[in-house]
Amino acid sequence: MPTTRRRFLSLAGSVTAAGTIPIVTLRPVEATPAMLTAAIRNVVGEAQLRTGKVKLDIPPLVENGNTVPMTVSVASPMTADDHVKSIHIFNEKNPQPNIGNFYLGPSSGRAQVSTRIRLADTQKVVAIARLSDDTFWQTAADVVVTLAACTEEMN
Amino acid sequence: MAALINVPAKARRGDIIEIRTLTSHIMETGFRHTVDGKLVPRDIITTFACRYNGTEVFRADLFPAIAANPYLSFFTVAKESGKLDFEWVGDNGYSSTASASIIVE
Repeated sequence: MPTTRRRFLSLAGSVTAAGTIPIVTLRPVEATPAMLTAAIRNVVGEAQLRTGKVKLDIPPLVENGNTVPMTVSVASPMTADDHVKSIHIFNEKNPQPNIGNFYLGPSSGRAQVSTRIRLADTQKVVAIARLSDDTFWQTAADVVVTLAACTEEMN
Repeated sequence: MAALINVPAKARRGDIIEIRTLTSHIMETGFRHTVDGKLVPRDIITTFACRYNGTEVFRADLFPAIAANPYLSFFTVAKESGKLDFEWVGDNGYSSTASASIIVE
């Protein structure tokens, strides 16, 4: 969706730098395309989705979308009363919006998961954490991909 | 199938330890076409679970957007000596297991 991207670039003036990765930017939730929104609603339901607590560590520029290292961590004491139940990763422009769901608990000790993902295009990656009090927290990161994954045989 | 598991051999009670796993799998997305236009059927690992002395400490649902040869790293609290069991389950009846032992002092 080129218009979405253009609109994003025009919004870039109000961009917030995310923690330790200054090039990674945050976008308002309203700019999320329909499929991504539907996938997120599937997990979150009608609950409020707040920004914060979650940190998504992913390179802002990748050459090969076939394997992109990614680490997601959530600020949580991971006690029986206050822990992360699950972490959900979504993307905007792959053929399917889901990337992975990770289920944790107080015995995890630290709410951090790393994996390697595929990205079919330059796009936004969203991480959502569900805490033990059933609140949802999110963060998003934009990744520029020069060689796309998933569809290489079609080109 | 071959799997690489990285678990510290020894830990102190209460330590938070990192567990890293890598297994070999094609993770065919089901979105690719062959040169003559046929869709290559999906063949992925759909779930991964880690059990620590029988208790599940970590579980993951994987989708085609996970890269081939899925790598997963996560944490757990070293509670007692024993065994960690890992299980990957996927399309076409795929199932693979691995295990590692840990000594907690």
